[in-house]
Amino acid sequence: MSPRIVEIRQNVLKQNDLLARELRRRYATAGTFVVNLVSGPGSGKTALLEATLAALRHEFRVAALTGDLATDNDARRLARAGVPVRQISTGTICHLDASMIVDSLAEWDLAELDFLFVENVGNLVCPASYDLGENLRVVLLAVTEGEDKPLKYPTIFNSADIAVITKSDLARAVEFDRDAAYANIRSVGPALEIVETSARTGDGLDAWLSTLIQHMPNHQPPATSI
Amino acid sequence: MMQVTRSRMHELSVAVSLVELVCEEAARRDARVLAVHLHLGPLSGVVEEALRFSFDLATEGTSAAGARLVIEHVPIVANCQRCHVDREIPSAQRLCCPVCGTPTPNVIHGSELELRAIEIDEHVAAHR
Repeated sequence: MSPRIVEIRQNVLKQNDLLARELRRRYATAGTFVVNLVSGPGSGKTALLEATLAALRHEFRVAALTGDLATDNDARRLARAGVPVRQISTGTICHLDASMIVDSLAEWDLAELDFLFVENVGNLVCPASYDLGENLRVVLLAVTEGEDKPLKYPTIFNSADIAVITKSDLARAVEFDRDAAYANIRSVGPALEIVETSARTGDGLDAWLSTLIQHMPNHQPPATSI
Repeated sequence: MMQVTRSRMHELSVAVSLVELVCEEAARRDARVLAVHLHLGPLSGVVEEALRFSFDLATEGTSAAGARLVIEHVPIVANCQRCHVDREIPSAQRLCCPVCGTPTPNVIHGSELELRAIEIDEHVAAHR
């Protein structure tokens, strides 16, 4: 018998996609709104998240998962906001995948959470391919990074729902070309919403927070903190 | 060599998932894998060279060891809301209709990372 061809037609990341679908169902049932933050290293994910957790915790029950290759520095920083935080150490893996989220949530009751933030590993390539079942994917671009980042990493920008331009307080110092940055973001992600923030001065944080809340399925009523 | 695995680690994860899928199918038929056919889109986030390198590592010692990896690149296709047709988009860096220039957020194809088929030899069951 000669070699034969067997048709398969399956997504290579099927396993991850199935887990992500299951997570999405769990989030919906529990009424938890899940936000996946992605960016290159040093774009200010942790600083934005610190400010976000501190602001939202008065009205919502919030928690965060933070992924890094090593160290629990980010988890310790975020825990200062006074909300539940768990570190995911990925070891040599350059992204979070759905199974890591499933494992990390083992001891948490999602029904007790309005918002869950997932801070992905600092990397503009790999996290794009892995669905974590999130409701919103947010990509960060710091003004210090260069306006052409979206053109260099179109996939991750295209996969996101919101782009946050961070460190806006440094824009003038680094001669940030705002028009070029907006044009590049829109070129790779025509439907992307764009928000500008400075975690240091607090500029733009209100707009960012109301954008987040607007995306929640039914603008959930304020709840007690856990 | 180390540089490649370190900077492109997620292709290694992808290759491992791919080889698992392939070997499952081969095991069910008690066969050895001769070739793996894959569709790859520009918005998959996967780089061909890194995937090829990782594929060779991931197949080592499996029923797909030595198999060819045949990659077909599929284009980005998006619906143009102005022309009301699906258009092939030449560049991931400019998601707009190549005819009228309207931005095209509705991407239909281009993120494929799909195992299409395997070529197997059912005579030689490997690793029994």
